[in-house]
Amino acid sequence: MNNIEKIRATFSHKAFIPFITGGDPDLETTRKLINTLAESGADLIEIGIPFSDPVAEGPVIEAADERALSGGCTVDKIFEMIKGVDVKIPILLMTYYNPIFGYGSERFVENCVNSGVSGLIVPDLPFDEREELKLYTDRAGLALISLIAPTSGGRIPVIAKASEGFLYCVSSLGVTGTRSKIGGNITEMVKAVREVSDIPCAVGFGVSDAVQAKEMSKFADGVIVGSAIVKICAKYGRDCIPYVEKFAKSIAEIIKL
Amino acid sequence: MDKYGYFGEFGGRFIPETLMNAVIELDNAYNFYKNDGEFITELDLLLKNYAGRPSILYFAEKMTKDLDGAKIYLKREDLNHTGSHKINNVLGQALLAKKMGKTRLIAETGAGQHGVATATAAALMGMECLVFMGREDTVRQALNVYRMELLGAKVVPVDSGTATLKDAVNAAMREWAGRMSDTHYCLGSVMGPHPFPTIVRDFQSVIGREIKAEMLSREGKLPDAVIACVGGGSNAIGSFYEFTEDTDVVLIGCEAAGKGVNTPQNAATIANGRTGVFHGMKSIFCQDEYGQIAPVYSISAGLDYPGIGPEHAKLHTDGRASYVPVTDEEAVDAFEYLSRTEGIIPAIESAHAVAYTIKYAKTLTPDKTVVVTVSGRGDKDVASIARYRGLDLHE
Repeated sequence: MNNIEKIRATFSHKAFIPFITGGDPDLETTRKLINTLAESGADLIEIGIPFSDPVAEGPVIEAADERALSGGCTVDKIFEMIKGVDVKIPILLMTYYNPIFGYGSERFVENCVNSGVSGLIVPDLPFDEREELKLYTDRAGLALISLIAPTSGGRIPVIAKASEGFLYCVSSLGVTGTRSKIGGNITEMVKAVREVSDIPCAVGFGVSDAVQAKEMSKFADGVIVGSAIVKICAKYGRDCIPYVEKFAKSIAEIIKL
Repeated sequence: MDKYGYFGEFGGRFIPETLMNAVIELDNAYNFYKNDGEFITELDLLLKNYAGRPSILYFAEKMTKDLDGAKIYLKREDLNHTGSHKINNVLGQALLAKKMGKTRLIAETGAGQHGVATATAAALMGMECLVFMGREDTVRQALNVYRMELLGAKVVPVDSGTATLKDAVNAAMREWAGRMSDTHYCLGSVMGPHPFPTIVRDFQSVIGREIKAEMLSREGKLPDAVIACVGGGSNAIGSFYEFTEDTDVVLIGCEAAGKGVNTPQNAATIANGRTGVFHGMKSIFCQDEYGQIAPVYSISAGLDYPGIGPEHAKLHTDGRASYVPVTDEEAVDAFEYLSRTEGIIPAIESAHAVAYTIKYAKTLTPDKTVVVTVSGRGDKDVASIARYRGLDLHE
């Protein structure tokens, strides 16, 4: 199976996709977290490469990026760490475009493949601008995950048809972060996708607990949980593993029921 | 879907999907209204009757005599209502936003000039206004914070990152992504995703059009050089744009070199940056080897930005305009020089352009003419310059 098929195959049941910021508070903790999440029912893992100016993030992940960067985390160290991880589930990297572009897109993509990364999510690289990166990801067989938002409207068919692996459905306006209530148009977004494509839809932005995750999983094929996990990492630092494990298990169990 | 808004290899729109339709809506609205007779008339009247345009082109005779070189003209954007060139763009965008049915303006500000202009336009047009300002800048420019509040705006201090202009832009982009149905992001410089660099340039290009017309009528020829300061680059592009095809006119942008281009404390993007993608655009940015945006520094809150607008990046790459670094020390000297020589206190941002003009004019013969854009007035900077000179003066 190539990377795109491998990612897609994880949606044979409702998928749980946790996000953690690489290097928060250090890469050894990130390595342990990847193993723990894989053992706790995660189907895919998103690792954020910390960026100085994460404009799509709310305060929780922004603070994690600052902790990781001040701890000396770099993309080279993240590649090195991922190389040493032995998990069966696909690993995705989430980062802004400049850390890719500034590093050299071709070299970045090569290093992704060499370290066992299956796909990339780049929130500030919209569909219209992605060709210059896609040139390299196509060549290397790396999945470039597309995103749609509640405001996408007429853009959805074009984006959905061209998506690979799965489609990241941004649940709400604004930035990442837990929300007590998630906007109601997920069903409409997924419906618009279904009209043109059978690509799996995973919902992210705002999912804060198991109850919400369960609710979202009724409408979508997968649930992405970021800030809620990063909050636990912020609270417990290096000692976060058992707490993240407990939280991840609760989500994985409930959405797969 | 096609790529739009490129100046050579620079520009584009690199923003989260959530904002894509908002910028497309703005692009469509702008393309309609820029050719709409009623819109054009309304904006012209606002610029004339409210902002006080055309701004004066002042022959700086004492400065010219003192430097014994080229004839120096000052384009007095400092005399506009609200005290800077920022009003040109803001009136255009606020009117456009109003036509689009928006009731709320948000903006970022560094020195406070753009924030004050936006707060002013919002007051005039009966719109709600929210201005994001780096915490450090709210301290450096405390008087402007109160001024914006006086105009009815809410000022939000931004604590994240370096707590300066770039962080204020981040905060404004985040706010816009959360609320765009009634809100227009009134971006203050020729930066950000398409169509902002084009819209802001068009609204600011009145500066260069006036310079050209006035120079032709007074000198009977085009100026030999046009000089302006560059942060994001709005007053510079406004001054340059009319002359880009007139290749005999030398265009010079002055960027903030802080404590020196070879020190860690500067904001000289062209001198020290390289191509990257940030704040919605592909352009030139100060960044490290991993593409992390570098913390920058300048005495001037308005030039304290790690990037430059994409059209400037193209003018630089094409060699059409040149960009020179000016240090804090040189800018402060020029701030004092212009005050004493001509009785004009320039904004510390504009003083960067004045500083280079002082050096440059001396190298030219008296038959040459140089126009320097005084983008804003320096009242806001008096206290910080006093502190720079060691006086314990607070606003």
